[in-house]
Amino acid sequence: MSAGFEAGDRVRARPGDPDHHTRVPRYVRGHAGEIVALLGEWPLPDASAGGVIRPEPCYAVRFGARDLFGAGDHTVTVDLWESYLERA
Amino acid sequence: MSAHDHDHGHEDLPVAARVRRLEERLIEAGQATDAELDAYLSTLYSTASPVNGARMVARAWTDPDYRDLLLEDGNAAAAELGFGPLSYRLNVVENTPGTHNVIVCTLCSCYPVSLLGPSPGWYKSFAYRSRTVREPGAVLAEFGVSLDDDVTISVWDSTSEARYMVLPARPEGADGLDADALAARVSLRGLIGTALA
Repeated sequence: MSAGFEAGDRVRARPGDPDHHTRVPRYVRGHAGEIVALLGEWPLPDASAGGVIRPEPCYAVRFGARDLFGAGDHTVTVDLWESYLERA
Repeated sequence: MSAHDHDHGHEDLPVAARVRRLEERLIEAGQATDAELDAYLSTLYSTASPVNGARMVARAWTDPDYRDLLLEDGNAAAAELGFGPLSYRLNVVENTPGTHNVIVCTLCSCYPVSLLGPSPGWYKSFAYRSRTVREPGAVLAEFGVSLDDDVTISVWDSTSEARYMVLPARPEGADGLDADALAARVSLRGLIGTALA
């Protein structure tokens, strides 16, 4: 699978609360951030939890604290698999 | 932050029973033997230590080429000092005059065990995991770390197969020290980002 995003791209973590295992922290769901780096290709945890090994690109994505929490000057960088993201 | 009192035994915790059941299932399925599991754990815990991460930091403080490698390819930098191959991708993030980095795992307790040793109790606490992403300045202040107003805090939430380690800034007054003496200046908290070094 080729990587669909590159450093600098604006992306949004998919909103919603899936009824299966996932590694999207709740606090970034629906929020926009910026791709910092492509980290590698690893099995998507959501699929692995169901016994399916499906490697996918995974990115470090940086969010502003003000965007996430309404306050704060810091940034939070979260590693997110490609299917957790949509273009913002 | 008040440290979780961690001097009680773990053998009687529900999680210990769950781990034991998992081990039994693996053994029953022929995936591993008791001896293999014991050997893996004893190797890990006899070699996993924050001394490893501290040695990498001290080398980066004294060798600019190594510093560049550490930031570019953490796994190669670890291997150069004899650590590895690592079971994870290592990302090293550098403190600069304008940025202070701090590591957390909000979903569980991901952490580069082989380079930092077993994680501190507070690293796994709900308080540290939930508050560090939301109010890292207040958390750092409780650890006794005060940063200038113009320093931006960069929080790294370890949610994937990557593990993070901080490269602290070299302390003032450490000129002339050799790598061993410098490594002794690096604390486990410095490698996580809850201390300056």
